[in-house]
Amino acid sequence: MKDYGHKMLELTGISKSYRRGKLRVPVLNDISLHVREGEFVTLIGPSGSGKSTLFRLIGGVERPDSGHIAIGGKVVTGERGLISYMPQQAALFPWLSVADNISSALVTAGTAKKEAKEQALEWLHRIHLGSVAEEYPHVLSGGMQQRVSFLRALLMRRDVMCLDEPFAALDALTRADMQKWLLELWESNRRSVLFVTHSIEEALMLSDRIYVLSPAPATLLREIVVPFERPRRADVWTDPAFVELKREVPELLEKGDTSRV
Amino acid sequence: MGNKALRSVLIPLATLIVFIGVWQACCTVFKMDPWILPDPWTIALRMAEDSALLWKHSLSTLKLALMGIGLGLAVGIIVALIIHSVAILRIAISPLLVLSQNVPIIALGPLLMIWFGFGLMPKLILLIIVCFFPIALSMLAGLGQAEPQLREYLGMIGASRWERMKRLEFPASLSFLFSGLKITATYAVSSAVVAEWLGASKGIGYYLVLKFKGYDTSAVFGAIVCIVTLSLLLYGAVVVLERLVIRWRPRSSDDWAGESS
Repeated sequence: MKDYGHKMLELTGISKSYRRGKLRVPVLNDISLHVREGEFVTLIGPSGSGKSTLFRLIGGVERPDSGHIAIGGKVVTGERGLISYMPQQAALFPWLSVADNISSALVTAGTAKKEAKEQALEWLHRIHLGSVAEEYPHVLSGGMQQRVSFLRALLMRRDVMCLDEPFAALDALTRADMQKWLLELWESNRRSVLFVTHSIEEALMLSDRIYVLSPAPATLLREIVVPFERPRRADVWTDPAFVELKREVPELLEKGDTSRV
Repeated sequence: MGNKALRSVLIPLATLIVFIGVWQACCTVFKMDPWILPDPWTIALRMAEDSALLWKHSLSTLKLALMGIGLGLAVGIIVALIIHSVAILRIAISPLLVLSQNVPIIALGPLLMIWFGFGLMPKLILLIIVCFFPIALSMLAGLGQAEPQLREYLGMIGASRWERMKRLEFPASLSFLFSGLKITATYAVSSAVVAEWLGASKGIGYYLVLKFKGYDTSAVFGAIVCIVTLSLLLYGAVVVLERLVIRWRPRSSDDWAGESS
């Protein structure tokens, strides 16, 4: 395994429950995980396993009941404005041009206005979207919108990128295409990424390590170190280890499920 | 597409011509007294006779209405933004807002005359009270209805409250604002006329009172034609303005249907 830098994001003993009427519904149960500098880490779990809640805690939109979150070595539980974020829906502002969508997010992250605009245009050209830079987002296809959304997250001056099931709403072909695209772009611009998905293949394709979460209340079932080298081969899915892991993870999830019934 | 646009103009125009024709025929057949119901031709002649006067008074009313809309727009937006930002004010001010619309302007007008004299001031206040309400109300609805995904995105990247207002809530409320502005534009001219009715030395309202008192019914109808025309002009101006400002909307399905036919 490659040697990575220090821990960029570290979650220690995070628990969270919601009040539903008089009931307390636990969502996250003692979750500890970390992402090292330049590492691509995936959280995988069944839908409704509290992955999005975990992201909201990291983003500082909500506070955990217990445990703490550190970014760049500093405890920042409940602090906002430290991560960049790519949601499931592209969440582009319909009244801003594609370039302005990117540059305004960069301004929020502390880049100067002029520099943000230049950077947005330069990178849009680099990913072959220069021709639509001044268009409104609605003329873009779903896949193109997600590319813009990813670029926006990539360019923000933040230590950690959080990607919340970014390809879940795309069709299978576009999805495969996007995974390849993201992999290439990320491998040439190593950032610390926490990626959420419920597709095992996607997780194995993209990440260095995978955390497997149980259904709610989520606990960590297992940590998998993905054994494939970087840059990843396009046909990595034919690797026997890939097939083996792909079979193992659902079993793990099932077991995690039955053990708590 | 041109065909369709032409039809949308021609059909209402034909209706109008038929309506005027029936009116003219009725007056001629039943030999109506012109001081009870003048026929369209007599009204047209009367308008031509008074054209210089009507033009002068119409301009004066238009000026008053425009000032009312402008100030009402400003007050409406400010009220909406304040109420939206400070939750306690929403509860505190709401009854006052409704109250401001419950007092009939026929009652409010004379009171304002007593307090502020016969100048421009009381008329403007009256107009602002009429004009701001639809704007404030519709904008308030728009501010609260900004897309939850975009709201969540801004929260996750740590945008400040001000940024959220500037980048999300205000632009999202613009199409609502224009619905309100359309209502305001429709009411502004009639309200200006009422204000002039209550006490003025110029404007269509003043002309109306004068002719009414002299049983010059065809001149009264001439004034009505001017008022309706002014209202339509203002409404049309708002529609054009909306198209200029809100350019990010996808083309409506109507346009597509028109293109394929």
